[in-house]
Amino acid sequence: MTEKPTDRRADDKESSDDVEEVFGEPTAADGGTPIDGGTAAPFRTTSDVSESRTDRYRRIFRNYVVTPFSIVRNDKRALIGITILTIYSLAGLAAIFFVEPTESFEGQPYVQPFETWEFPFGTNQMGHDLFSQTVHSVVPIFQMMIAGALFTVIVGTTIGVVSGYKGGLADRVLSTLTDVFINLPGLPLVIVLAVLFNPENEVMVGILLSVAAWAGLARSIRSQVLTLREESFVEAARAMDIPTSLILYKEVLPHLMPYVMVNTANAARGVIFSAVGLYFLGILPFTSNNWGVMLNQAYEVDAYFRPIAFHWLIIPVVAITVLSIGLILLAQSLDRVFNPRVRARHADRADIDPEEEEGDATMTMGQV
Amino acid sequence: MDWRVERLTQGLLTVFLVITLSFVIIRFMPGNPMDYILAQMSGDATGATSGEGGASGSDMEQQYELVQAYLSMNPSDPLHVAYFDYMSNTLRGDLGQSIYYSRPVSDILGRAMPWTLFVLSWGLAIGFVLGIITGSLIAYWEGSKLDVGLTAYSVIMGSIPYYVLALLLIVYMAYRWQIFPTNGRVPEGVTAGLNWPFIKGIIYHASLPIASTVVFSGIASLSMRGNAIRVLGEDYLRVARLRGLSDGVIATQYVARNAILPLYTGLMISIGSLFGGSVILETIFRYRGMGYYLVQAANARDYPLMMGGFMLLTICVVIALFITDLTYGLIDPRAGDENREAF
Repeated sequence: MTEKPTDRRADDKESSDDVEEVFGEPTAADGGTPIDGGTAAPFRTTSDVSESRTDRYRRIFRNYVVTPFSIVRNDKRALIGITILTIYSLAGLAAIFFVEPTESFEGQPYVQPFETWEFPFGTNQMGHDLFSQTVHSVVPIFQMMIAGALFTVIVGTTIGVVSGYKGGLADRVLSTLTDVFINLPGLPLVIVLAVLFNPENEVMVGILLSVAAWAGLARSIRSQVLTLREESFVEAARAMDIPTSLILYKEVLPHLMPYVMVNTANAARGVIFSAVGLYFLGILPFTSNNWGVMLNQAYEVDAYFRPIAFHWLIIPVVAITVLSIGLILLAQSLDRVFNPRVRARHADRADIDPEEEEGDATMTMGQV
Repeated sequence: MDWRVERLTQGLLTVFLVITLSFVIIRFMPGNPMDYILAQMSGDATGATSGEGGASGSDMEQQYELVQAYLSMNPSDPLHVAYFDYMSNTLRGDLGQSIYYSRPVSDILGRAMPWTLFVLSWGLAIGFVLGIITGSLIAYWEGSKLDVGLTAYSVIMGSIPYYVLALLLIVYMAYRWQIFPTNGRVPEGVTAGLNWPFIKGIIYHASLPIASTVVFSGIASLSMRGNAIRVLGEDYLRVARLRGLSDGVIATQYVARNAILPLYTGLMISIGSLFGGSVILETIFRYRGMGYYLVQAANARDYPLMMGGFMLLTICVVIALFITDLTYGLIDPRAGDENREAF
């Protein structure tokens, strides 16, 4: 008995998919039997389809593991992106356990990179080991990045979806809030707040840096939801009296997932960019050694036109750029993993039952 | 209500809220500017008693007046009076006095503003057009060698932080090869005015900042690619093909128009971050715009100039966004249709 409601919900979902397919199918539009196709389909399937628990687990496994893996395996961008991020994470972890934090005059000043095995990245003016500084930066940077990205995406998506879908007073209030935050120029606001609060904790820095970043995401999500809410499958779900929260979660959000995912990676990139930028300007307090602090110190001693110190400036720059490339590539591959149209193309690589494959095939044919 | 009026109201609301926020920060925040200046004033006064004469050392009233000159608000006034004073002074353009430069904030920032706007508008325009063109090309030939090549290009352009590119530009273009100037905004030894050497000098000085701004907006092409691919899969495109419309009509009327819409929203969003980014760019190029002064002020704890720079940057963003909003209605006919059913 307890399983009854979930079953019914799953069936509802399928039947609403059916509605979409019927409207999307050229044959229905050709006018064969529009009344029959339009009305009978949603109700017919409820009695026909039954899904055992094993079937369901298999379907979930297929949708969430096999197909994404297949897409990732066949996508060079994803491979490179994930490799880069893995290397950074491993370097960060390794730094905690194996690499000693550097001290002043550990080596000669200005040892050039790739000359001695002891200082692979060379040393700076004070004889600090730059390799140690670089890998020890990973953990604080990742903390800022994750805190900031999660804050941006969760706040932005929630406000955008709710305000776009609900309309009326809720939309008015949330949109006004979003607009006010969009109008605030991000970095100057962060500078003002950083001067006042002097944040020292990495998570706090991450959140502070994204304090105005969520608004952009919220607005673009809202504008996409405005189109989505008029779609036939959302209308069907509404007609079936599915609760709003479930419609948002099951019908609207999946269509936004590629966008949200791309924006998570982009938000992470934005946090790193502004964090390093503000450390570089010397506005955030130097509590931990990170790439921005290195950049600032190198710039302060005019490393940009002294060839002997130039590597001091280049190493943090390379570290940021490569990480950022990794994040962009990851964003693109996530786009492919979540995008139903790209999934459809990869569907034949994953094991999918014939019925579904057929549906996907017509879709693929239709769009080309 | 007309949506244009609504947008204008929202913009004004933002300006109002920013001024209020600035007031709250100055008055209430821990380590707030008011206490800071008061402490500095009394420190100065006790330190320099011999020069100033006996009475002024402990004269609070006089200090308050000094603070009022700097912050356009008297700390001894009750809250609502101070708030009203601050609001009306700010709206009249009196942003107080810079501590570091000892000049009115409005004077410093007013001179700096046109330069910032000049660099940003050109950088944004060039970057946006380049982004749309590369993005559409990538989407049209998705999966081809051109896609891989152009995507790699835009990934790399988008991955380099704009200030890093600015640093590299200034290292190579200005210091090593000495093609472009290392700092400043106007040529030296040329009379200001509408003559060619002067204008050429301005463009010459602005070219590096503009080039780095273009990279800043280069990421737009990536989202253009995604949008165009999404539109390419829509049903109405299938119908358009069935109707036998030419590729040219489909590309411009169907794909481009629909794919640019989200991009235009993206543009509106990036305006804010673009003005924000100018802060770092101007510091690197020592290009004396609003952002340059904001950073100078933040590092010198020059609160009146800092808050003034922040407010003025916000007002610039509000105006820029209002203009984009008005033009958005021209691209998207649905923009004005706010009478949606609520559910």
